[in-house]
Amino acid sequence: MIEIIAIGALGGLACLFGLLLGYASVRFKIEGDPVVDQIDVILPQQQCGKCGYPGCITYAEAIAKKEEEINLCPPGGEVAMLALADLLDREPKPLNVNGMEETLSLLAIIDESTCIGCTLCIQACPVDAILGAPKQMHTVIDRECTGCELCVAPCPVNCIKMVEIPQAVDTWKWPYPIVPLTPEDQESKTEESMEPLL
Amino acid sequence: MIELWQFHGGIKLEGHKSLSNKNPIVQANIPQFLVLPLLQHIGDPTKPIVEVGEKVLKGQMIAHCHEHDCSKRISTPVHASSSGTIVAIEPRAVPHPSGLRAPCIVIETDGQDTWFERVPLTDYMELPPSVARTYIAQAGIVGLGGAGFPSHLKLKPEGIDTLIINGAECEPYITCDDRLMREEPDKIIAGASIIRHVLGGAKRCIIAIEDNKAEAYSALLETAQQQQEQVEIIQVPTIYPMGGEKQLIHVLTGQEVERGKLPASIGIVVHNVKTARAVYRAVQQGQALISRIVTVTGNGIKNPQNLEVRLGTPMHVVIEQCGRKSGIKRLIMGGSMMGFALPNDDMPIVKTTNSLIVSRNDEIETPSLPMPCIRCGACANACPIHLLPQQLYWYAKAKDFKKVRDYHIFDCIECGCCAYECPSHIPLVSYYRYAKAEIIASERDRKKADLARQRHEFRTFRLKREKAEKATRHKQKKAVSDNSKETAIKAALEKSKAKYDT
Ligand code: SF4
Ligand code: SF4
Ligand code: SF4
Ligand code: SF4
Repeated sequence: MIEIIAIGALGGLACLFGLLLGYASVRFKIEGDPVVDQIDVILPQQQCGKCGYPGCITYAEAIAKKEEEINLCPPGGEVAMLALADLLDREPKPLNVNGMEETLSLLAIIDESTCIGCTLCIQACPVDAILGAPKQMHTVIDRECTGCELCVAPCPVNCIKMVEIPQAVDTWKWPYPIVPLTPEDQESKTEESMEPLL
Repeated sequence: MIELWQFHGGIKLEGHKSLSNKNPIVQANIPQFLVLPLLQHIGDPTKPIVEVGEKVLKGQMIAHCHEHDCSKRISTPVHASSSGTIVAIEPRAVPHPSGLRAPCIVIETDGQDTWFERVPLTDYMELPPSVARTYIAQAGIVGLGGAGFPSHLKLKPEGIDTLIINGAECEPYITCDDRLMREEPDKIIAGASIIRHVLGGAKRCIIAIEDNKAEAYSALLETAQQQQEQVEIIQVPTIYPMGGEKQLIHVLTGQEVERGKLPASIGIVVHNVKTARAVYRAVQQGQALISRIVTVTGNGIKNPQNLEVRLGTPMHVVIEQCGRKSGIKRLIMGGSMMGFALPNDDMPIVKTTNSLIVSRNDEIETPSLPMPCIRCGACANACPIHLLPQQLYWYAKAKDFKKVRDYHIFDCIECGCCAYECPSHIPLVSYYRYAKAEIIASERDRKKADLARQRHEFRTFRLKREKAEKATRHKQKKAVSDNSKETAIKAALEKSKAKYDT
């Protein structure tokens, strides 16, 4: 008798939890591929294609499928690579960016007197950060430019320049501390700070 | 004698206060040019409301908050600190660790020092607290202890029952609070009562003073007794960083402010003694914040002392007035623990400049060679916030910002106790500043990236749509042209048929 009750009780519980789980999987269904989204959030969204993919999301998809290394995004640099390694539990790797430097924050500027209004740059810009119409001078919306440099090459009159975004008081960052490692190091550093200031 | 608590950690420091605390506060000279940065507080910069060439009077507002409303964003106005003419609105070097330039309003003074119209609010007690609060907001007052948070935002009467006026002044070298408490105790107490009223009548009002400032203590005590004000004047032990908000609250009330929360969450507000005086001046005398007391000290100065300096006065003018010695090697704004070095003295005194330490080479000790961390735990014992500085250092050095955050880096007040105690002489605070800056910057980048992602998605969508539209247009056109071709053929056939028939 006892056995039957036990089997019945356990069976009942199993059914109940099965139903609960089934319900939860429908009720709390996650849309999209969460791993791709999590990777995409780490990537800097310059959409520059320097990773070899047309846009960050495609690179994110390739990483998620384990088809691609995590160290190919130059704008993201070491920070993004480490974050990806942490997220995906992969080994951190030094950046492999084919001689491309970890890029600084850049901004495109169009020399408006030279621009011939060909619209080629507009077509190249992945985030629609360039304003202009055919045969009219074009201009870059600073706030929206990601600094991807994709507009530079297509311009037939070479009027687009990339400039470094100037440092301002509110975007300035405390630098990584440079500490002397040897007594000689330290002496030279101290001597430097002994230069009369005023 | 009231019961006091103790905060965790902290250190005993050489005060170097007797250098500058003997002489009374003197008025600084009016400089030829005043340089007033649009951002002198924590928060959003102000916008100029004057133009180049305009004449302004002392105390006249020259830059206002966003949309002329100081309650919307964290901001507070800037006023002309002497009368004269606006000669420029342009970027100038500002006292910031970066040494960069930021937008400033430059006034050429006329030497008359004529006041703008001043409207005191002497009967504030009869009016609702919001009237006095607006007055304080319009006067451009910020926390004058050094942090520079706009004061009116810390004066909201939401369940505040204790007001603490902070006269601890725990940083070495700085003595401006000490001198002010000795010389103008009545104004501090009057300011405290105004703040109390604005807070909706806080039950307790405490003025806290470190026990190394006996004269200031007795001056305040005497005045409080004479005026029969309901304020408690309390001496607290001299332990650095007693002047930290959370430390002072703990010592006085035994309460802990939770991580990441403001003191207001437990019904307490802390204001500096100089802020109390500024509030008094704003409400009782109708004066905006146009000057502040600055300690000018260090062994590069002939007469170290405290001065009442007009905001915007270039530092070299003040240093000259106190007697500059030759061979100056270092200039620090703020105290020796939490201050930062400036590249030169051609920068203005701003609302947050509480002190200038001017040193010659013999005062700078050669920084000892940093050694590896030996995990001794001395730093953790000294940390007043109960953090684990060695872990923070470890992860900041490895650029593991997620871990740094998990170890509560944003609770670190950069007091420097840990670095002071570290036997390996590691510049710990530099690592924390670096890590904090990186995290803040990455958050900013994140926002920008989100915008870029949206725009890229929209563009992809737009291109797809355009392609689809083009395709349908093409099809339609084709259909139309097919149709017309057919009809043309038909017509031709018919024509030829007709011809043939006839
Ligand atoms: S290199 Fe980086 S920023 Fe550029 S498209 Fe690839 S993932 Fe995006
Ligand atoms: S304007 Fe040029 S550099 Fe800026 S986002 Fe567009 S294509 Fe890239
Ligand atoms: S005090 Fe210095 S050596 Fe000791 S644990 Fe802290 S960081 Fe390491
Ligand atoms: S600087 Fe930060 S970590 Fe170091 S003792 Fe002060 S609060 Fe603690």
